[in-house]
Amino acid sequence: MTLFYGTELPTRLMLGTSQYPSPAILADAFRRSKASVATVSVRREAAGEAAGEGFWRLVRELDVQVLPNTAGCHSADEAITTARMARELFETDWIKLEVIGHADTLQPDPFELVTAARQLSQDGFKVFPYTTEDIVLADRLLDAGCEVLMPWGAPIGTGLGIINRYGLESLRAQYPDVPMVIDAGLGLPSQAADVMEMGYDAVLLNTAVAKAGDPAAMAEAFGMAVTAGQMARIADPMEPRDMAAPSTPLIGKAFLE
Amino acid sequence: MTEPLSTKPVRIIGAGVAGLCLASELMSRGQRVELHDRHDEPGPHACSWWAGGMLAPFCEGETAEEPVVRFGGEAAGWWHQKGVEVTQQGTLVLTLGRDTRELDRFARRTLHHQMADADMIARLEPTLANRHRRGLFFETEAHLTPRDALAMLRDSLAQQGVAITRTMPVDQNPNGGTDGEVDNLTIDCRGLAAADQLDDLRGVKGEMMVLRCPDITLNRPIRLLHPRFPIYIVPRGDGVFMLGATQIESSDRNRATARSVLELLSAAYALHPAFGEAEILEIGVDARPAFADNLPRIRRRGQTVFVNGLFRHGFLLAPAVARMTADYILNNQRPEIMDEDNR
Repeated sequence: MTLFYGTELPTRLMLGTSQYPSPAILADAFRRSKASVATVSVRREAAGEAAGEGFWRLVRELDVQVLPNTAGCHSADEAITTARMARELFETDWIKLEVIGHADTLQPDPFELVTAARQLSQDGFKVFPYTTEDIVLADRLLDAGCEVLMPWGAPIGTGLGIINRYGLESLRAQYPDVPMVIDAGLGLPSQAADVMEMGYDAVLLNTAVAKAGDPAAMAEAFGMAVTAGQMARIADPMEPRDMAAPSTPLIGKAFLE
Repeated sequence: MTEPLSTKPVRIIGAGVAGLCLASELMSRGQRVELHDRHDEPGPHACSWWAGGMLAPFCEGETAEEPVVRFGGEAAGWWHQKGVEVTQQGTLVLTLGRDTRELDRFARRTLHHQMADADMIARLEPTLANRHRRGLFFETEAHLTPRDALAMLRDSLAQQGVAITRTMPVDQNPNGGTDGEVDNLTIDCRGLAAADQLDDLRGVKGEMMVLRCPDITLNRPIRLLHPRFPIYIVPRGDGVFMLGATQIESSDRNRATARSVLELLSAAYALHPAFGEAEILEIGVDARPAFADNLPRIRRRGQTVFVNGLFRHGFLLAPAVARMTADYILNNQRPEIMDEDNR
């Protein structure tokens, strides 16, 4: 059983909460996909007062684990401040740590990420770092106190699916016991099923669902795909064979056509 | 003039776009009204003051639900009939550089458009010639200037003897009466201020700017598709442009952030570098009133009818919402957007 900082999640799909056509459609997406975690980005302007209360109430009504996100932070200091604010606002010590190093591709800044992860872990946060497939970086994050990793599939919002299969397979193989969530870059349910079959523990999405023509239907499709991939992994798939082989012996058949 | 249906006036609270449209609609059907607001003029206290004024139902259909497109179809004709200047030049939707695939998605999810190639874009908007290879043209859409439209409604109501009263009506019997009774009705059109009564109403913050840039001439609203923040630029004439708008889940009405302003200006600059020389005339902030599905609602509670939740579609939806509210009050026709009061 995979635990995320001691918590067992009823399903392995996590959904972001931004860019939906309306909060009602967002709520439908959660209902139909049975996603068990909602990431919520903390905009500092909405924090510290009642201004964001309307939306926050709608998120609370989803009745899922909330994972606040330091989206949009570009330095460790900024991310740490935002995380502390999020802890007050959302009353949870879970934090998705996102420190952006490149504004255009939203690629994480590995150096600031490790600094922030260490500080926040020391402060008692349960840090979910948004990272790349880099094994050395993974090692530093674990050393900084992270117990979960969230490698990207591809840059945020691209919908490209996994662009470095070898890297992700090798990261998975290197740390078989660390819960890992593929975060960002997925566009299709088949890609979500794929990473679950590879042995990843969960999938986090936002754009692929929110920007679909029918977000709630797409969310449901992703929910099914994540379950399918997880089941397939547990079911221990056959090894592929490099030659076509009949599955029943031909000998003994009465007639051959 | 038509004979008043009821001698008692219907009280409308809130003289933003929803209240003014409703007052105007009721008066034109012969129902007297009283219009109450804390301010006796349309102004920056109402979020319609900061609106883009695009009557673009098909473009909005990209993300908005079907009723917005259908109700929005009534807007241009209604405003024109009220004497408001409506410019019917369509909408041009463009993308920047590598986002051109966003256009295909936008085209798939919207109606009544045609692909515009470089030549067509140059013909429609000579200022943008050679800067964009592809766009989408929504020929039938229109726009108006919100502050002029609000002033026009206010003036024409004043001519009919309806002035905006700054004292609020005293509600003698908030829970009495039955459906269909015109006497003693209060229509609450206060927008986000009505969140004190409607606990499912939320604010969605928008930031906008007004720029003066005489080097640029645009004939119609331009929408820029960008994966992170769609923006639009609406020409107001005389080299003035409205640039909007952010959409943030917050009811804050006062603080424009540096980030939002940067995002808006960068997009304008990317559309045409001459915007870099623009003079900044205004930075506006307000919060739009919205329900969870971002659709408008008419809700009855005792002798009060709440008309609210027009979200980012004030000028687009207020005419249809006013029509439905009037049909409800005067003819007891249940509006499509009526909902149960669950309080």
